[in-house]
Amino acid sequence: MSKENDLMKVPHKILEETYKAGMEAEEKNRSGTFYHVNQSTIYSKVNELFEGKIKLMDTKAALQKYTWLGDYMWKLVDKDKDEFTRKVAEDWSGGYFMRIMPGVEITFPLQSCLLITQNNLEQRVHNIIIAEEGSKAHIITSCVQHSSVPKASHLGVSEIYVRKGASLNFTMIHQWSENTLVRPRSAAEVDDKAAFVSNYVCMRPVKDVQMYPVAFCKGVNSTASFNSILYGNKKSSMDIGSKAVLTGKGSRAEMVSRAIAREGSKMIIRGLIEGSSPDCKGHLECRGLLVDEGDAILQSIPELIARRKGVEITHEAAVGKISEKEIAYLMTRKLSRDEAVSLIIRGFMDVSILGLPDSLNAEIKRVVEASTEAS
Amino acid sequence: MNILEVKGLSVKVENKLILKDVAFSLKSRESHILFGPNGSGKTTLISTLMGLPSYEVVSGKIIFMGTDITDKSVEERARLGMVVSFQNPPEITGVKLGDLLKLCLGKNPADDFSKEEQALIDAFRLTEFLNRDINVGFSGGERKRSEILQLIFLKPKLLLLDEPDSGVDIESLKLIATELQRYLEASGSSALIITHKGDILDYIKAKYGCILLEGQFHCFTNPTRIYEDIKKLGYEECVACRVRTTEGWK
Repeated sequence: MSKENDLMKVPHKILEETYKAGMEAEEKNRSGTFYHVNQSTIYSKVNELFEGKIKLMDTKAALQKYTWLGDYMWKLVDKDKDEFTRKVAEDWSGGYFMRIMPGVEITFPLQSCLLITQNNLEQRVHNIIIAEEGSKAHIITSCVQHSSVPKASHLGVSEIYVRKGASLNFTMIHQWSENTLVRPRSAAEVDDKAAFVSNYVCMRPVKDVQMYPVAFCKGVNSTASFNSILYGNKKSSMDIGSKAVLTGKGSRAEMVSRAIAREGSKMIIRGLIEGSSPDCKGHLECRGLLVDEGDAILQSIPELIARRKGVEITHEAAVGKISEKEIAYLMTRKLSRDEAVSLIIRGFMDVSILGLPDSLNAEIKRVVEASTEAS
Repeated sequence: MNILEVKGLSVKVENKLILKDVAFSLKSRESHILFGPNGSGKTTLISTLMGLPSYEVVSGKIIFMGTDITDKSVEERARLGMVVSFQNPPEITGVKLGDLLKLCLGKNPADDFSKEEQALIDAFRLTEFLNRDINVGFSGGERKRSEILQLIFLKPKLLLLDEPDSGVDIESLKLIATELQRYLEASGSSALIITHKGDILDYIKAKYGCILLEGQFHCFTNPTRIYEDIKKLGYEECVACRVRTTEGWK
């Protein structure tokens, strides 16, 4: 992609729409910006402050430029995993390639957006992220369907490599529509002393999203955290899981999910931590609230597997209604019942569980609060 | 003048009758101390006064500042100027103490505390907790300090305090009780304070006390005297002597 890229050339309507999903139109607060619209990458630019420190381009372009990159494709995600991975392997339109160079600390987040503006499109992307040794970065990626588009699907394969001592915080925000089918297929490999955080925020109705990203903590003292904030309304169907395979000595995994199910939504929250190394530890926390009378369903399916003596994996899960005691407590502080309920819901969807820097925190908070207030 | 009048109040909790035909009144601008063994119905009484859920009024009336509040919601009672401190306040994930304190003050979470407000927060040693989820991981003493500060910020007319001195270290007790007394004097408010210990009487000026035993009030008199007698004789002996009136603070 050329350096003459200018975000002002991206249609205003698109910027407006993606802003609602956490994208920042002002590039000065981002280390890089990437836009893939429908089936082509229309924008990809690194902030000049970070030239040489990060690589950001379309995956297809990157494969031509770097012959070694082929080894990173379909290494963590199995091509034949299911019909969706097979479809992406067959034919895909690109995706983002991000590489944070060794020892580089990226103070501003990298942002990317995968957007659908075309009706009945099946978007198929393949993303690769490499956080090189000792690097540190935050990535925010927004997957958005333009509000004028009634129906589409999104198949996205992402393979993430967190090298020795690196720290990568990856936040994905989904903003689809009531007729969208979504199948992300992601996997990460975490090396010695590396830390991978995967955040997922989905606050808008979606027809059907199913995903089960996995982190392979193979490095000594490697860590993986999965956090999700999910708001199901209308007839949304969400089957959101995360899996951590702890094979590295002293590796750790933590999963936190907060789900609100309203109206006719069906939500399944899964989590699996598998401990295969003597000193590994894991904790899984799932909390779900049913807010109103309706057909909404919340199901929590935690799974813990221990394969070695000394493995310590725990979980706590709670699904149900908002506690009357909490509501009454806030009402003694002069809040009305409705004010108390909305304060509890906003607190429940607290973005601070995502461990984001202030710059991103404000943005994600904006996305979350816009959705809870609109309902 | 009475700020609160309770007439013929009977209360059930989970279908069990806890308070039986209780009558008493609280005087304006005075603090009242309520003693009683565990399980005698003290917490039930103040929870019922505040209108908390799962406390069912079977009969009787609660009149607060001339208004019958027996059927009013918790919020309405709070807005009229009644507050309660919880013995075991709930932990509410994601709701920050700082935001709740601002709501108590009638501010928005985006507003700042005034200098005086911040000074009081500092005095209560809660500055570091402002950005913490309310009561999550708070120690017993921290919860008490947080409860009392919220109450003071609400500027109430009547404070219902459920063992503000339990689980609190000596310095915190002094702080909490001194600030409470300062507020009560400055605002001319009243208080009903449940306690098992006498130490709080060193700081709170209370002329009135009584014992709640098996759902009934007994021995209306000076709280220091009651406390000394309970220590010497125990609750039952103290009540059994019947030297004092059972007619209420009239």
